[in-house]
Parts: sequence; C-alpha cells; structure tokens
Amino acid sequence: MSANFRTAEDGRIDRSRPLGFRFDERSYQGFPGDTLASALLANGVHLVGRSFKYHRPRGILSAGADEPNALVAVRRDEARYTPNLRATQVELYQGLSAESQNRSPSLAFDIGAVNDRLSRFFPAGFYYKTFMWPRKAWERWYEPWIRAMAGLGRAPTLPDPDRYANRFAHCDVLVVGAGPAGLAAALSAAEAGARVILCDEQAEFGGSLLAESDATIEGKPAATWLAETVALLALKPRVTLLPRTTAFGYFAYNMVGLAERLTEHLAEPDPALPRERLWQVRAREVVLAAGAIERPLVFPGNDRPGVMLADATRTYLNRYGVKCGSRAVVVTAHDAAYRAALELHRAGVAIAAIADLRTAANGPLPEAARAAGLPVRPATTITGTGGRLRVTAASLAPLAAESDRRGAEPLTCDLVLMSGGFTPSVHLFSQSRGKLRFDGELAAYVPGHSVQQERSAGACRGVFGLAAALADGAAAGEAAARAAGFSAARARSFACHASGFGTGGIRSVLPNAHGAKAFVDFQNDVTADDLVLATREGFHSIEHVKRYTTTGMATDQGKTSNMNALGIVSEALGKPIPEIGLTTFRMPYTPVSFGILAGPSRDELFDPVRTTPIHDWATAHGAVFEDVGQWKRARYFPAPGEDMERAVARECRAVRQSTGIFDASTLGKIEVVGPDAVEFMNRIYVNAWSRLGAGRCRYGLVLREDGFIADDGVVGRLAENRFHVTTTTGGATRVLAQMEDYLQTEWPELEVWLTSVTEQWAVIAVQGPRSRAVLEGLVEGIDIASRAMPHMSVAEGRIRGVPTRLFRVSYTGELGFEVNVPADYGRAVWEEIFEAGQPHGITPYGTETMHVLRAEKGYIVVGQETDGTATPDDVGLTWAVGKTKPDFVGKRSLARPAMRAPGRKQLVGLLTEDPHFLLEEGAQILAAPNQKAPTKPLGHVTSSYRSATLGRTIALAMIAGGRDRMGEMLYVTTAERPVPAKVTSPVFYDPEGARLDAA
Amino acid sequence: MQRFSALSLIRHSLGGHLGWQPQWRSPEPKAEYDAVIVGAGGHGLGAAYYLAKEHGMRNIAVLEKGWLGGGNTGRNTTIIRSNYLYDESAALYDHALKLWENLSRELNYNVMFSQRGVMMLAHTVHDVQIFKRHVHANRANGVDNEWLTAEQAKEFCPPLHIGPGLRYPVLGAALQRRGGTARHDAVAWGYARAADALGVDIIQNCEVTAIRRGTAGAVEAVETSRGAIRTRKIGVSAAGNTSVVMAMAGLRMPLESYPLQALVSEPVKPMFPCVAMSNTIHAYISQSDKGELVIGAGMDAYVSYSQHGALHIPAQTLEAICELFPMFRRMRMLRNWGGIVDVTPDRSPILAKTEVAGLYVNCGWGTGGFKATPGAAHLLAWTIAKDEPHPINAPFTIERFRDGVVIDEAAAAAVSH
Ligand SMILES: Cc1cc2nc3c(=O)[nH]c(=O)nc-3n(C[C@H](O)[C@H](O)[C@H](O)COP(=O)(O)OP(=O)(O)OC[C@H]3O[C@@H](n4cnc5c(N)ncnc54)[C@H](O)[C@@H]3O)c2cc1C
Repeated sequence: MSANFRTAEDGRIDRSRPLGFRFDERSYQGFPGDTLASALLANGVHLVGRSFKYHRPRGILSAGADEPNALVAVRRDEARYTPNLRATQVELYQGLSAESQNRSPSLAFDIGAVNDRLSRFFPAGFYYKTFMWPRKAWERWYEPWIRAMAGLGRAPTLPDPDRYANRFAHCDVLVVGAGPAGLAAALSAAEAGARVILCDEQAEFGGSLLAESDATIEGKPAATWLAETVALLALKPRVTLLPRTTAFGYFAYNMVGLAERLTEHLAEPDPALPRERLWQVRAREVVLAAGAIERPLVFPGNDRPGVMLADATRTYLNRYGVKCGSRAVVVTAHDAAYRAALELHRAGVAIAAIADLRTAANGPLPEAARAAGLPVRPATTITGTGGRLRVTAASLAPLAAESDRRGAEPLTCDLVLMSGGFTPSVHLFSQSRGKLRFDGELAAYVPGHSVQQERSAGACRGVFGLAAALADGAAAGEAAARAAGFSAARARSFACHASGFGTGGIRSVLPNAHGAKAFVDFQNDVTADDLVLATREGFHSIEHVKRYTTTGMATDQGKTSNMNALGIVSEALGKPIPEIGLTTFRMPYTPVSFGILAGPSRDELFDPVRTTPIHDWATAHGAVFEDVGQWKRARYFPAPGEDMERAVARECRAVRQSTGIFDASTLGKIEVVGPDAVEFMNRIYVNAWSRLGAGRCRYGLVLREDGFIADDGVVGRLAENRFHVTTTTGGATRVLAQMEDYLQTEWPELEVWLTSVTEQWAVIAVQGPRSRAVLEGLVEGIDIASRAMPHMSVAEGRIRGVPTRLFRVSYTGELGFEVNVPADYGRAVWEEIFEAGQPHGITPYGTETMHVLRAEKGYIVVGQETDGTATPDDVGLTWAVGKTKPDFVGKRSLARPAMRAPGRKQLVGLLTEDPHFLLEEGAQILAAPNQKAPTKPLGHVTSSYRSATLGRTIALAMIAGGRDRMGEMLYVTTAERPVPAKVTSPVFYDPEGARLDAA
Repeated sequence: MQRFSALSLIRHSLGGHLGWQPQWRSPEPKAEYDAVIVGAGGHGLGAAYYLAKEHGMRNIAVLEKGWLGGGNTGRNTTIIRSNYLYDESAALYDHALKLWENLSRELNYNVMFSQRGVMMLAHTVHDVQIFKRHVHANRANGVDNEWLTAEQAKEFCPPLHIGPGLRYPVLGAALQRRGGTARHDAVAWGYARAADALGVDIIQNCEVTAIRRGTAGAVEAVETSRGAIRTRKIGVSAAGNTSVVMAMAGLRMPLESYPLQALVSEPVKPMFPCVAMSNTIHAYISQSDKGELVIGAGMDAYVSYSQHGALHIPAQTLEAICELFPMFRRMRMLRNWGGIVDVTPDRSPILAKTEVAGLYVNCGWGTGGFKATPGAAHLLAWTIAKDEPHPINAPFTIERFRDGVVIDEAAAAAVSH
C-alpha cells in the first residue's frame, strides 16, 4: 500500500489504537487524534480534490478551517451524507468513509480537467460575454453545462435522521478561541469569579500550542501547561468549556452564535445524542482570541498537490506526527517558515532550499537555519512548480534576474512550503460591526474601534508570538472581567520561553507571476491575472472585483485569499491597500449546517399544533382535519365509504332537517371590559354599540385604517361594561393587536382592559330546527324558549352544572345556539349534548359543511369573500355601519371617492346554467363567452359549493357593479372554456330568515 | 462599445486578454445634465439606458453613493415571475418579463436569464383558493400560470417533500413556467455598460445629499458629496433609501423600510431544477449556476435602516426549508446578508411623477422588484422623458393611497380565515 510518512514517535495521536478508514474506495490506517487530512498525509496521499472551475488536481494546503482545497464528502449512509467538508477538520474515526468530489470518472483522471487546458478561453467573467445566441441556447445547453461543471460535492438525497438541539445561555465573559491568548483570558476571567464560556472550533483546546515543539510555560513544556490549564478550568463550576464549537456569528447586543458538534467524530454515536447544538450566548463581555491565518504565496503552479502552507506542515509534524513529504523546497517572505524548515529538517525531511523573497534573510530564525546547514537563498523567488497530481519540482530564480523564467533552476522535491506571513482573523470583530484599522507596520487590518462589549487578544489583533499572546490574553481576560463587574480581576503573568515568531510578509503576487496560473483564490480558481483583468475592465471597487472574479466567494470565504487579492488590486490600480476598501465579513465564520439552525423544529414541532378540547373526540369519530392557521379543524366526518362530497351533503341535510353539532372553539374570543368598554367598541367597530342592551348580541365588523374589512364576528354584551367579542379563527391575534395598538397609542385615556379568552372557552354550535329540543333538557338557569331568548341574545347559566355562556346565534340560517363552556369541560359537555341529541339524529359536522350552509345564506367569510380590498358596502354590509357615530377606525377612508365609485366589485350570487357544474373558486368572470386573453375580467368566484339543500351548485362572487347586474348572464373561466352563469342575489336559501325561528 | 461574443472572447484569449476595455468609464461629474438618476441599481441604470436609447437623451448622469449594483440589485434572490393577481400588476410585471426574455441580446451581456419555472406551494385550503384565483386571473390577463397537484409539484421539483408527516402538507402548487432567475450583478453591469456606451455618465461614490428647488417649486439641482449638479429632471430610484432622498425635496413618502435577509448554501451539483416558494411557511429557494442554494429569508418585524440581521430570521427560514426539503439539513449555510427594502401599504410599487415638477420616483418594490428591473427602468425612462406615465404605470401613483385606489397584492396573499 502507500508509503508511511508517520514519524517514529511524538504527536498527540494515540498510536496504540489504529483506525481503519476509506477514501475513494481505498483503505488506509490512521490513529485517534488524526484528522482525515493528517491521516491521508501520513499515508502519502496529497491528491484529495478538484478545483471548482478548471478541475485542477488539488491537495491539502492548510491544517485548519482556512482550507480551500481539501474538500471531501463524508458518508455514514445515504441519509447521513455530508458534502464539502474540509478534510483538515474531519476527525478520524474507525470506519470513516470519505469521497473526493467534483471529478468524473475518478480523482486521478477527471474529464472536467479539459477546462484547465482551455482555461485561456475562460478568464474571469467569460460567461457574461458569450452564450447569448440563439435565445434558447443558454437554458438548453450552456447553462446545464456550466452547472454540471460547477457545484463541488453533491447534496444528500435522503432526509437527515439526526437531531439538532438548541440552547440559550448567558455568561459574564465569552472567550472565542482556546489558543494561548484565549486560555490566558479565560483563566484571568475565571479566577476573578466570572461566569466564563470558552469555545474553540477544534477537537482539542490549545490552538497553536498543539503544534508547539520546544516552548515552555511556567517552566513546563507547553503541552503539560496546556493539559494542566484545561484541567484547572474544567474544575471551575462557573466555567463552561466547549470544544468542537465554532463561534460563527456575532449579532447585536453581544449575542454570539456557537455551533457545537457532538457526534460527528464518533464511530457509532449514541442515537440519543443530537448531532449538533446551537448555542445562542448573550455575553456581558466577549474576548475574541481567534488567531491568525497564514497567507499563501501567489506564484505559477502554487496550487499543485504538495504545495502547502509552511506553518501547517509544522502542525502536521508536531501535532499529528506526520511528515508532509521527504524533500521540501521552502519559499517565504516571513521568518516563520524557517521554523517549519528547521523542525522538518530535524524530523528527517530534506530541505532542498529556502528561497526568501526578502533581499536579506537575517534574524534569529534564518540564522538558526543557516547554523543547521540549511541552504538559505535570500532575494530568491519561485517561478513555477512541476508535476501533475503531485508536485515534483520547484523552480527558483534570483529576484534580480527580471522576468527570465527560463533561467530558473528546477529543484526536485515532493513538498513546497510557502509563507506569505499571517493575516489576523478579524471576522467576528468585523461582524460585531467594529471598525477595522489598517496597521501600516503590520500591513494588515486589525480591530480598531469597538462598538460592542468586546475586545480582541493575541494574533487576531496582530500580537504575535507565544509570550506576547499569553500576556495579551491575560490582560484582555482581566479587562473583560472588570467590565463585567468583577473588580478584583487581575491579569496573570506567565513565565514563558519560546522561540521568536519573527517578522515579514507579502500580500500580492510574486514577481514574474503574471501570465501564468498563479492562484489567489484556490477553490474558485481565481488567478492574479483574473484580478488584473477585472480592474482593466473597469471593476475598481473591491466588491466589483470580488463579484466579477468570484475571489473570496468560495466555501472558505477568502480566508487565505482576501489579503493577496487586495494587494494585487491595489497594485493594479496604483492605490494603497486602505484606499481599495474591504469586502464585508459576513456571517457565518465557517459554514454551519441548515440542521443546527432549524434545530428541533420538524414535522409536528415545526409549528405548534393547536387543537380544541373536542379534537380527540373528532379524531375518534373519523374526522378529516384541515389546517387553519396553527389550528387543526375538523373539515368533515365521513361515514364509512363516504367521500367529502357525500359526507358534506349528509351533514348539510342533517342541520337543515334536524340538528348538527359543530366545534367552533377555534373562534377568536376577546373579553372587552371597563367603564369605557362601549366607547372603545364604538371606535373599533363600524357598528353602534351604545344601544345594544345587556344580554343581546350583534354582528360586528372591524375595518383597517384604510377602510377595508379586517375581520368580523358576533359580539355579545354581557353587562353594561363587559363585551364578549368573537373574531375569525385566523384573525384572533390580528384583531387583539389592532385593539391594543389603538388603546395604548391613540386612546390611552380610555379605561378598558382586553383579554384574549380564545383558549378559555370551548364553543359548541348546536344548529338546526331540533337544536332547542336537544338543549332544553340540559340547560340550567336559562329560559331558552324563543320569547325569553330570541335570536341574537346571550345568557349565562349552566349545563349539567358547568358554567355556560349560551349564545343564540346562527351562522347556518337555522335556529341555533353556541354553547360556551370552560375549555376543560368542553369535551364532557360536547358528549352530553351529543348524547342528548341522539333521539334527534344529531350529526357532527365540520368546516366544509359550515361553509356550504353559510354560503347558502350569503354570509361572507372574511378572507374568502373579502381580500383586503372590500368595503362593507362591497359585500352588502352597509346596514352594519353606524351612521351617526362621530368616528370609527376606517371611517375617514370610507369617505374617499374611490371607495364609493360606481363599478366597484360587489358581492352577488352566481348560478351556473348547468345546475350540476361546480365552478372553481378563484375562477374569473367575463362579460362574453369568447373573450381572448389578455382581457380584463369583471370579477371572480369567491365561494363555490354543491348545495344538497337546493339540489344544485351555488357560488358567491365579487363582480364589478354586481348588484346592478341581477339576472345577467356572464361567463366564468374553467380549465377549458368559459361556462355561462346567471347573476343572482347572494342569499340562496330562506331569504326571509323564517328558519331562524322554525322549530 | 466592444462587442461581446464567443468570437471576441477567442480573439482576446489569443491576446492574453490584454485588449479588453473598461466596461464603463469613471467620469467626473459635469456641472449640468438634462436628467439625473439617483441610484445606480438595476432600475436606475436601466432607466438611463432607455432614456438614451429610446428617448434620445444623451446628457444623463446616474449618481450612486456606493458602487453600482451594490444595493438590493446585488443582494436579492433573483426570483423573476409575473403571475401577480391584479390586472394592473400583471401588466406591469409581464411587461418586464417580456423584456427579460431578450435582455441578454439587447445589452450584449449575458444576464443568464433562465426560465426554469417558479412554483408557489399551497399548504391550506385557503392557499388553494388564492392560488387558483391567481391561475384564472393570470390566464385571463394573458400571463401563463398553471395549477399542479401535489404529485405534479413533486415531479417538477423532486427534492420537495409533500407529506405525509409534513406539518403543513403540500396541497398543490401554482407554476409559472416563464418565471425563473437571472444573474443579478450582470443585470447592473450590462445596463451600466450599455448606458455608458450611449454616453451616460455613471458616477459612483457620489451621494446625493440635497435636492434644490427653484422659486416655482421645480427641481433645479442636486447637491452631492462630489459637488452640486444642475438638472431639470431627477429620477429617484433609491430603493430602501427612497424616503430619505424624497425628503430632500420636501416629500413624505408612503413607505416603510425594513431589513430583508437572504442566504446561500455551499455549492453542490445541480439537483434543484426550479424556483420553489412557500408564502405560508416562508421559504424561497432556487439553485444558482454556481450550485449554491439561494434562499430568501423573512423581513424583520420592525422598520430599520440596518443591513445587519438577527439570527432568528435565517433560522426560521431554514426551519421551513428543512421541513420541505428534509435532505438539506446537512447542507451548510455559507453566507447570509441583508438589504433594506421599501414597502408601500399595498405592496405594489410607485412609479410616477410627483407633485414637484421635474421630480420622478420609482420605489416601493419592497421584497420583489428585481423581477421588474427592465420593465421599471423602461417605464421610468418613459415617464421622465414624456413627463407623463406610460399606460402601464399610470395606475401606480402616489395619490392612490390618498384616494383609495390601491392595488393590494399583499391582501391577495396574506389574509387567512
Ligand atoms: C434579500 C433580498 C432578497 C430579494 N429577493 C428578490 C427576489 O427574489 N425577486 C425580486 O424580484 N426582488 C427581490 N428583492 C427586491 C429587489 O432586490 C429590489 O426590489 C430591486 O433590486 C430594487 O432595485 P433598485 O435598482 O431599485 O434598487 P437598488 O439596487 O437598491 O439601487 C438603489 C441604489 O440607490 C443608491 N442610493 C440610495 N441613496 C442614494 C443617495 N442619496 N445618493 C446616491 N445613491 C443613492 C443605493 O446605494 C443603491 O445602489 C430582494 C431584496 C432583498 C434585500
């Protein structure tokens, strides 16, 4: 099998427990503590992916979250298939199975790589310039081809069975990043007694300490200090440690979003565990200690597998015990690469050359390298690399030899280390809306002015080196604790011995690199030339350059590329970097799963299900439910073998001939109470309430400010100062909100109290000629005889001992009652009534029957007959509007000319010529049978039903000037041709209202 | 203007792409223009283009406080459709849709208009009634829209979960096949390049700070961060900032500005063939040519000019997305952002003359004006050039709110019973 690049000892992996894993159908071995990337490198595998546009072979560039190239899919099973994961962040477990992406048929041989051959024809933005002819060709050919080439991994195809959890937390100090700065900050804050949350995206705390080879802190090896510090923090009850947790977003008022990964690293996770947990942390103070990101160098062939960030190779060596190659060429503009070279050299990797882009390579690290006999070449650049699927050579040339690439000397190697210096990780600071400042000395953006309660510490604000980071972190922790009210906080100081960090850096393309494939954004295949082309074409804003070339828009969001891109654009435009501007840092820092944000919300838990007290009874009696807002409402109760049509016909007949029972509990109910209740009602509703006596009801209508109908419902006046208001099911919250809005902001002087009582009352409608007979024997303390209790009245009493508000109202046109009882008794009372109704053939009915019955009577449904553009007059409710009231909500708007203009749509009935033809709700109404589109319809059908009572279909419609069209024949659209229908009154049944008292 | 074509691309490839010219100039503002457009979004740039191309006005400037296309044009989820309910709206949006169908060739810029179909899901009986009403009304208006059963909807969009088990099962869908998406940046750039070629000055980093009116009340000049510019005609097309700009002329607009958020996933291979929208549970999704799932999130509940959104808004959107597409839970959000949308009381735009002579306004497109870009631009140009509205935009006045002649597209969608 493949070569073994594992060191003999050292590293933080557990060599006693080998783990088997698969990558693209081949089996390999690694150890606990490995990432997929380190395990592959240990096996000598560098080729792991293909780039987005040119499908170039790509390897592993980095060792962390900044990785642009090594994207893989991890597959547990098809439902647990996760694309686009960074191999550098995937923890190894026994049996892990990973696949490469964006290649076909195989990683080593990818047809898409012809794009690379043809790349000169595909510069930045090429697709804006072509594929325009012929018209349909874009959709038919070009777009499918572009789509197929793009896209990286593939989406999972089966529903994800895993669970996601969600929690909210508060703390005094949230520390983001558990490197030396973060640990020191957490220690300072915790020792002051603050409630601390410390999170880090990696599996282990320690950050750069995890790759420390020779440093000591407090006289101990760094690794020992780290273990002790973490143990110490873990013992503190007020400290919460969250490894594998990424702070991905910084929101207003110091709310930080954390994504914790709980099972992704386990071979066989306990199914009871959630996969991930979202933390929404509201912190008094935040310390950002997010470190820095090493910059690649921009030179031809810098993307070949085996070309790596210098510091990453140190991490692989020291943390994972992996040598990334056997013979390395080092190219650098920063001292840090010397450290990598020295340590690799010590581990037995041959260093072919260290090319330093600076004219002089001095300072302790270069000197140490020279002392160790490493070939240091100052003022030297790299002009290219060789190899296909893995780097095999690197060409170096003296900087002075202007532009002569052929004079370059190719050095054989299987590894190229590069370092362009370090970019402070200011993402979260920027997300917090803090203002960045360009530090000329560091040549980097660092946190400037803060706008939230946060501070940065260590490398993420340009403070480099172990000793400096520890001190900076400790000071930040102290300051944060103090600011959070722990005045006794003091910063620890740490005796620390470590090699220097060094200086240097470059942010641009290397000399001689134009005209060749020198990549800036690896994943999106953006070259230095692409950026220059963009500026040539007039894209001068950095946001334009980004969008035109797609630099910085890949899944790594430009972590390794943004500074180089800025540098190149700055040179191309001849303007200093700070004048170029900066693209916005957007949430999230690294990608977060949809699942973690959706959380436990799914199916039943997606939205609360509201059910009535009678719901279970309805279920037991075979009801079919419909969703109305969050409510489940019984739509009809099919008997065995019945479809909806037949069930509804039977239910309708029962109500008209005998009695039906209907669960109206979902109706909105508001109790309006207080000395000014009647005045308040007068202002909110169009109706006049002053003369409505206690014990009487009235149909109420609410308008919006613009004069259009907002809601309706029966209102009962229980007493001088007390109204029982009902609203539509969907309108309950809206009406209450409108009432509160006016009460609190417009009429605070009114003494009125509003209480939502929707869920306090179960409402049982008993409707039909036998309804009184059914209730007679049950009701206590109320005379329900017609004379004592006429239509539209309300009385309080009891039913079988249960306190009851009994309304005599009808939405069916029949004699009817609505029984309101406390919700807890709803089912019991329902069953009592049902029982008492048996001799009368009482029949449960649902919303569909309710709709048919009310439509036969021409009663409107707000939201069906009305759509927010109907006035009371439009739907024939002018009679409800109080004529003499000084004001009510919407009154002024009703006076506008357009609201009374002739030709407004009005509510009418429609009877099709064919009495059995059922119109579609929403169908349009035309004046003539063969009007061709485009045409202006006269109106539309709002309700359409089969009426069992009338033995034909009926419809309600809103038609322009409808009330003047009685008897006219109009034409209604169907899926085929328009059908004729006659305009009629909207009241189809019992227009005199005789049935209200028929018993 | 350098023509773009496959041939020119090949020719320039051989020259190492050194021969490409700037797609637009970066001119200094002149002292006076015949017309000034405020706001270099798609609408404003397009208006300048049509003014130059169809109305012969060449001395025009577009003033942009930031970079062109950086407003909502560059932030939206690019859903294009014209199946609006009312006759007036259908005419307006279909006017735009027809222009979209030839826009790439008109501008010689591939705006990647892709008629992959826009499907609106119905989850309740009420939704079904509303969408069927749309289907019938659109057909009468000559706008394509068809009804799909839940099974047909799934066939059209295979990742869609239609139930059972769904909290709000899919009962059907309205599909406009001519609807689709386009590349938003290309629309701004294409118009900018074409307008520039006709002599229009596009002046970026130039914020309008005041509007000067003469003694008779007519506009005379704008003051900007780059000096005063005289002009007799000002077309304001400033989206979320319209109220602020119009206040400079002393007009109070019937607008509220809200943050609206959107997000994209990491790119994946093509698997989502259309645009799917659910008004009821608030999910809007399509897949870009790059492979990202492009997802529209909701509007904040409160007015604000901050483009910084809160986490619960994208979280709620992803709840809905994962409910309808449960295999996407393991997909990952790559980028989230917001824009400020200007909303009218009836959710229909204002595209009109104003009571101030020489001042024209195009605004109120709210969450849905990208689809209107070519149409709005075309009609705004007409209105400015002729000092009167085109019949298509004649109903979209400011006065309709005073007079009660609203075109209430929101009411048509949002009321439940
Ligand atoms: C997240 C989101 C998703 C959306 N999704 C869709 C969708 O799917 N489909 C759809 O059709 N629509 C959608 N929209 C709406 C759509 O983006 C807008 O309606 C449309 O782009 C507006 O275009 P515009 O050219 O008028 O505005 P913009 O592109 O915003 O242009 C206005 C310009 O005016 C400039 N400006 C403002 N004030 C001044 C000043 N004082 N001086 C100079 N310049 C100024 C601004 O900087 C800006 O560039 C969405 C919007 C958002 C925010």
